[in-house]
Amino acid sequence: MQNSWQIYRIAFQTIVTKEILRFMRIWVQTLLPPAITTTLYFIIFGRLIGDRIGEMDGYRYIDFIVPGLILMSVIQNSYANVVSSFFGTKLQHYIEELLIAPVPHWVVLGGYVVGGVARGTMVGILVTIISLFFTDLSINSYGLTLLVFVLTSVLFALAGFINAVYAKTFDDISIVPTFVLTPLTYLGGVFYSIELLPEFWQWLSLANPVLYMVNTFRFGILGISDIDVVVALVIILGFIAILTVYSLRLLSRGVGIKE
Amino acid sequence: MAALVIKDLHKTYRNGFAALKGIDLQVEQGDFFALLGPNGAGKSTAISIIASLTNKTTGRVEIYGHDLDRERDQAKRLIGLVPQEFNFNMWEPVVEILVNQAGYYGIPRKLAFQRAGEALQRLGLWEKRQTQARWLSGGMKRRLMIARALVHRPRLLILDEPTAGVDIEIRRSMWEFMREINRQGTTIILTTHYLEEAESLCRNIAIIDHGRIVEQTSMTRLLSQLHSELFLLNIAAPIERAPDLHDYRTTLVDSETLEVEVDREQSMNQLFGLLSAQGIEVVSMRNKQNRLEQMFVDLVDSAKEKRA
Repeated sequence: MQNSWQIYRIAFQTIVTKEILRFMRIWVQTLLPPAITTTLYFIIFGRLIGDRIGEMDGYRYIDFIVPGLILMSVIQNSYANVVSSFFGTKLQHYIEELLIAPVPHWVVLGGYVVGGVARGTMVGILVTIISLFFTDLSINSYGLTLLVFVLTSVLFALAGFINAVYAKTFDDISIVPTFVLTPLTYLGGVFYSIELLPEFWQWLSLANPVLYMVNTFRFGILGISDIDVVVALVIILGFIAILTVYSLRLLSRGVGIKE
Repeated sequence: MAALVIKDLHKTYRNGFAALKGIDLQVEQGDFFALLGPNGAGKSTAISIIASLTNKTTGRVEIYGHDLDRERDQAKRLIGLVPQEFNFNMWEPVVEILVNQAGYYGIPRKLAFQRAGEALQRLGLWEKRQTQARWLSGGMKRRLMIARALVHRPRLLILDEPTAGVDIEIRRSMWEFMREINRQGTTIILTTHYLEEAESLCRNIAIIDHGRIVEQTSMTRLLSQLHSELFLLNIAAPIERAPDLHDYRTTLVDSETLEVEVDREQSMNQLFGLLSAQGIEVVSMRNKQNRLEQMFVDLVDSAKEKRA
């Protein structure tokens, strides 16, 4: 007879495998678009406009935006993977396959989050490879870069999960990415240093969590940041802890998935 | 040990609707048990609670002695559910649906593929194993849900309307399959609107109405409570009016079909003797109404009268 931990491990692997197979099966919808979009960003903002902008924080503009663009694709894809997959699971009722089985909530959450991280990672790697056609990427701190990459992916996979739990219609899963996630990302210092902003807007930008991730990631790659990296890491970890607890609470109460 | 014990189970939804009003139910190990009731009676709610798809309000559920609240994992490992509605990923290949379900029960991937293959072969879906579920016919989708419910070899299988919308040929083959797995030791709880199906398959029965169990007994005992049965007799030569058969009430349906009501105390031999004496030859006969259906309607009507 298997013990519970063996069952949990296999259940976790099953969810992760299922999630990876899902986005790989539809790679034209999941992997290709971010690659094309980012290539366009590199060409238009990096080359065409970037050459006229000149330097930012001592770096060529294209070098400056590469970390932000990589992280932006990680954020969007980690979020999109979990929100669409878990919402589909609810919509077609095959969440019941998990509810009836001896799978604890933390395994369900972990499986979906790792699935989101897997897609975020795959897209992030693709975008990084594309960026090599436009810049000579040298990494200041591999450890920090990798850490922020993974933590950001986890955080937005969790956010996508919460969105999916509350979502009742397809509109509900597109409202947050369109009206919240995209503005936060674009205003999170992907394309500019906040030092360019007037003081009030600099202060307001500090309320944007994406700013901390982008800057810490940029620090990992280029060694420059608008904010304190330690503070940023504490903030990211804090958000992850809050969203994890909240997601588990939603699952245990059965919000959106049980009567 | 009982396969399922339910004690004082209540469910009140947020809108205030009380779907279950204190159900007590016991299903013995190895039984083939029918849980019947009209639409909205509470069958699906009870099943959803047993399968952990719905949170109960109060009460207790035990699966093979494991309390669903305190020994959740052990209890859940023993249950398989075939729900009323299709609830699988329509975009996934058939075999992956089964392998994933096995994985959720801790079955390693290699063994899961083996188990999935066996289940698909038993249910005649082997050829469709790489087909996306959405391309299967209605009957195949039902069989896929049965295969999925069996892939972890549950000891208690709950079938919620498993043959709804399935043609008679497939339905009969599914009955045979259910009988076989029950013979092999799996306890089965069946809900169905085909009462002929319940009468043919189940040994024990509970009837639920308005969130309460109105009857729980053996199928034989329940059917023996029928006061009378209506038979339709096909006769060899046409007649113009219904014959006088003393205590038997007769109605001529058409010139070659005679309806006869036979009370529990009356004998069929005597009926045939009376018909024969009047020169009426019976070619074939059948129940006008399924016996369980008749009993079911009587019980639900009587529950309605009590409520009124």
